[in-house]
Amino acid sequence: MTSYLAATSLEEAVAALADGARPIAGGTDLVVGARQGKKPLPEALVGIHRIPGLNGIRDSDDGLEIGAMTSHAAVVAHPTVRNRYSGLADASALVGSHATRAQGTIGGNLMNASPAMDTGAPLLCFDSAVTLASARGTRNLSLADLWTGPGHTSAGRDELLVAVHVPAPPPSTGSAYVRLQYRRQMEIAVVGAAAVVTLSEGTVTAAAIAITALAPVIHRVAEAEARLIGGKANAAAIASAADAAAEASRPIDDVRASANYRKAMAAVVARRAIETAISRAGGAEVEIPASESTYGS
Amino acid sequence: MSVPASATLLHVVREQIGLTGSKEGCDDSECGACMMLLDGEPVNSCSYLAVQADGSAITTVEGLAPGDTLAPLQEAFLVAGGVQCGFCTPGMLISATRLLRDNPDPTTDEVRLELSGNLCRCTGYDGIVKAVMEVAARTAEKSAGD
Ligand SMILES: Cc1cc2nc3c(=O)[nH]c(=O)nc-3n(C[C@H](O)[C@H](O)[C@H](O)COP(=O)(O)OP(=O)(O)OC[C@H]3O[C@@H](n4cnc5c(N)ncnc54)[C@H](O)[C@@H]3O)c2cc1C
Ligand code: FES
Ligand code: FES
Repeated sequence: MTSYLAATSLEEAVAALADGARPIAGGTDLVVGARQGKKPLPEALVGIHRIPGLNGIRDSDDGLEIGAMTSHAAVVAHPTVRNRYSGLADASALVGSHATRAQGTIGGNLMNASPAMDTGAPLLCFDSAVTLASARGTRNLSLADLWTGPGHTSAGRDELLVAVHVPAPPPSTGSAYVRLQYRRQMEIAVVGAAAVVTLSEGTVTAAAIAITALAPVIHRVAEAEARLIGGKANAAAIASAADAAAEASRPIDDVRASANYRKAMAAVVARRAIETAISRAGGAEVEIPASESTYGS
Repeated sequence: MSVPASATLLHVVREQIGLTGSKEGCDDSECGACMMLLDGEPVNSCSYLAVQADGSAITTVEGLAPGDTLAPLQEAFLVAGGVQCGFCTPGMLISATRLLRDNPDPTTDEVRLELSGNLCRCTGYDGIVKAVMEVAARTAEKSAGD
């Protein structure tokens, strides 16, 4: 028998977590997993969707503060996210169908810790951090230190993700997230890549590249970044960086693709992501989601 | 009303409340036959816990038009051949209602994309897309005439 409490304050929620309850946000991973028989519903659930202040995007000169309960639909609709953090909008725009995007949250996406989640790579490239709260107190953790393996995080079982912090990128920065998909909606990334690139007069002054569904956790690829930084943003440099991203991948064989195919396609999606980030850094409009607008390129 | 914590919104609406318009197709969030509006936003109710909806407004296909009347979308589905067995129709109508609310003048491609969380095994989708486009065109005509 599952028990359920709809928390109306953060204190109530973290007290329930301390007693062993599991949080439920939109339920699009947790309940669907139970329906598919992957994992039964936890014995005790605490709903976090009625807690005031967990839902919404605060946008300041320092960056974004995205509440854990913010839906993918709200992320995609936010004008600042679309303009300055386009890679994140590219990612949230791809999640499921409009029903999945209306109910699924950014907190649930990150805490579910799937190596194929879409928002992970762009948020990692933006050097994001998360705030975790528990009855013991509150701490900030770099997103890079959150995931420890497929479905696993370094957060304690009594900790609730409250918000994601995304530092504001410098001027002339562009970003993109591209995934390989077999259909346009209701899909999971076969492979994916995100890029955030800063330009100064045609030279790359900063670059971040991360890969999705290509390793047990989503991670940045320092070698790919190094092949861009300090040089001209030309086709040869982009191809070399994309190859480095593919070389760093450790994909698996599964029903959706073979490891070899994933590795080959990693170079393609990484190239598309880097090219799009560079175009956007130069002020070009590339439609969101970039996976669709770069399809076939 | 009291519901078990593990009961889905679809189960409670169909079995406890007795509104059987919404259908169970896949029971794991793939097909959209169970789609409802939760505070105005779409939800696959087979995969949403009823307890989570406590305090929210729910719209099912039964709520799209009063009594025995039909909403314009319902009528257009009938006329354009958007219904065959009808199993996908309640969810499809909910999905299309939300689509036209947020995007009253969609392109055909936008309609196909936005309805792609609703699977239909009968119609080949053409009649459905045609119905949505027709209602959109009529609404546009009306507002141009105002
Ligand atoms: C049809 C379908 C298509 C999908 N397509 C995609 C896709 O394309 N891309 C993609 O990335 N995902 C996809 N998903 C997965 C899912 O929708 C997303 O991961 C979503 O963001 C999960 O959010 P949620 O609020 O529903 O999480 P929930 O299911 O409520 O929670 C997920 C997990 O995170 C924990 N959790 C939730 N919130 C918090 C918090 N604030 N603090 C601590 N722990 C928390 C829960 O305990 C649970 O373990 C899809 C799912 C479905 C059903
Ligand atoms: S029955 Fe709910 S999505 Fe298929
Ligand atoms: S009419 Fe039969 S499934 Fe759509």
